[in-house]
Amino acid sequence: MDFISILSIFVLACFVGYYVVWSVTPALHTPLMSVTNAISSVIVVGALIAAAAGGSPSSKWLGLAAVALASVNIFGGFAVTQRMLSMYKKKERSAPQGDKTHA
Amino acid sequence: MHEPAATPAWVLLAYLVAGVCFILALRGLSSPESSRRGNFTGMVGMAIAVATTLAVHHVASLMEIAGAILIGGGIGLVTARKIQMTAMPQLVAAFHSLVGMAAVLVGAAAFLNPEAFGIAVRITPIYGPSIVSILPVSRIEMGLGVAIGAITFSGSVIAFLKLNGNMSGKPILLPLRHIINLGTLAAILGLIGYFTQDQAPWVFATITALSFIIGFLLIIPIGGADMPVVISMLNSYSGWAAAAMGFTLHNSAMIITGALVGSSGAILSYIMCRAMNRSFISVIAGGFGAVASGGDSAAIDRPYKRGSAEDAAFLMKQAEQVIIVPGYGMAVAQAQHAVREMADLLKKEGVRVKYAIHPVAGRMPGHMNVLLAEANVPYDEVFELEDINSEFAQSDVAYVIGANDVTNPAAKSDKSSPIYGMPVLDVEKARTCLFVKRSMGGVGYAGIDNELFYRDNTMMLLGDAKKMTEEIVKALG
Repeated sequence: MDFISILSIFVLACFVGYYVVWSVTPALHTPLMSVTNAISSVIVVGALIAAAAGGSPSSKWLGLAAVALASVNIFGGFAVTQRMLSMYKKKERSAPQGDKTHA
Repeated sequence: MHEPAATPAWVLLAYLVAGVCFILALRGLSSPESSRRGNFTGMVGMAIAVATTLAVHHVASLMEIAGAILIGGGIGLVTARKIQMTAMPQLVAAFHSLVGMAAVLVGAAAFLNPEAFGIAVRITPIYGPSIVSILPVSRIEMGLGVAIGAITFSGSVIAFLKLNGNMSGKPILLPLRHIINLGTLAAILGLIGYFTQDQAPWVFATITALSFIIGFLLIIPIGGADMPVVISMLNSYSGWAAAAMGFTLHNSAMIITGALVGSSGAILSYIMCRAMNRSFISVIAGGFGAVASGGDSAAIDRPYKRGSAEDAAFLMKQAEQVIIVPGYGMAVAQAQHAVREMADLLKKEGVRVKYAIHPVAGRMPGHMNVLLAEANVPYDEVFELEDINSEFAQSDVAYVIGANDVTNPAAKSDKSSPIYGMPVLDVEKARTCLFVKRSMGGVGYAGIDNELFYRDNTMMLLGDAKKMTEEIVKALG
């Protein structure tokens, strides 16, 4: 891909981001932060390329370290988001069930 | 000679699909019902991105990679499961720092082995060994990515320490800090420019080191109460870092994600600034709240009405509608469960209970909503400032717990007040305002007295937020 097509993707994605984020309900701003955190760890792609490549051992280890850090974020970020989102409930119609989240 | 190989079309498409999944993940957050599916879509996107990368690259070290993912993933999962909801701001700050660090590491790896990333050309001179030259555009992208990553890392570490209480929330003001900061930023940009001419390791290392320093310097002068802005801003930075790396790697999934996260953080910062009626620049410049708890004792002796838990219970039981206004103090005292219990008992008495949330209540955007959700408060009882502010006038009781400045009427009337113009909750319009506060001495983060305490229709409930609420629960039961 040449620079201009990459730049086009970037600029358009900024606009998409702008409109999508404004549509997020303020009640979910904390999950928004944790999920954006998780997805920004897509940087793991770069880490994997470095870790997978031969040729430079130091580059490989840096890549592996980055893979580990990004994995903390990916798994942790999605899991904590899931945990938060599972707590958002509507008004109970019938008798409250024992729906505790594991704290 | 290793020209940047043409990537197969299906790979480009797969990354595009991953990017679209991430867009849908955020889109899902427009309502709690769709949010869980959205989060799942995000996971699918991530899986596609990772699988695609592993499929197209010749992986020489699969075991090591699996190990790194297992270790990192394990730590992440355990943390996510164990973390208390009140500690969410710290956790998010810590996660931001990891994204920043990962960006720095990827940048460094790309610098050391540019051919693996397809961003270099090998030049073989007539004499001497061949040289691997990183493409100039890639050098700029790499420099920017590493710089933003490093700033995100050190800034988030400071934010984490402040939020976690390892470091005082008070702003730390260095002399000449604006000049130092601007100078360092200029030096970083200058070096990135120079990097295009000379790919010497020292240039790369200095860019990285200076960026770590500037991230640290940028956050230390910012007070604890401005953390909602800071944490959103760092969120945004972690996105831009990912985007810059996406430019380096020509990876659309990373670019789309970076742009999404970058704009998300920027919008949240804007919302937070607007909710405090402060400009982004003034928050970043820092120092707000530095004069807190100074000599403002003059107001302390003013008469106020003090009530007991029984008085509060009696008033609320008689009420038709009670609006609960939570703030950071509720999080600190872990009082959200007691508040929910109180609300349940009131509802049994036929009282309508609603919750009013100010956008900057707590230490991060949406902090209060998560805590209330954790305590099983249905989200359709929780309202944002603009949706509920007109209702205080028709309410019998406003129960303010752990919030202070966001209820201060001075923001509406007193032009000399530092918070003048900030949108506040009109709790004083309720027939009675019950204000839970530890003691009369302390002030909110703005370091100013609250006119509300001395009003005729305000009853101060002095004590720990959780204990006071539990006593009210007892009195109601």
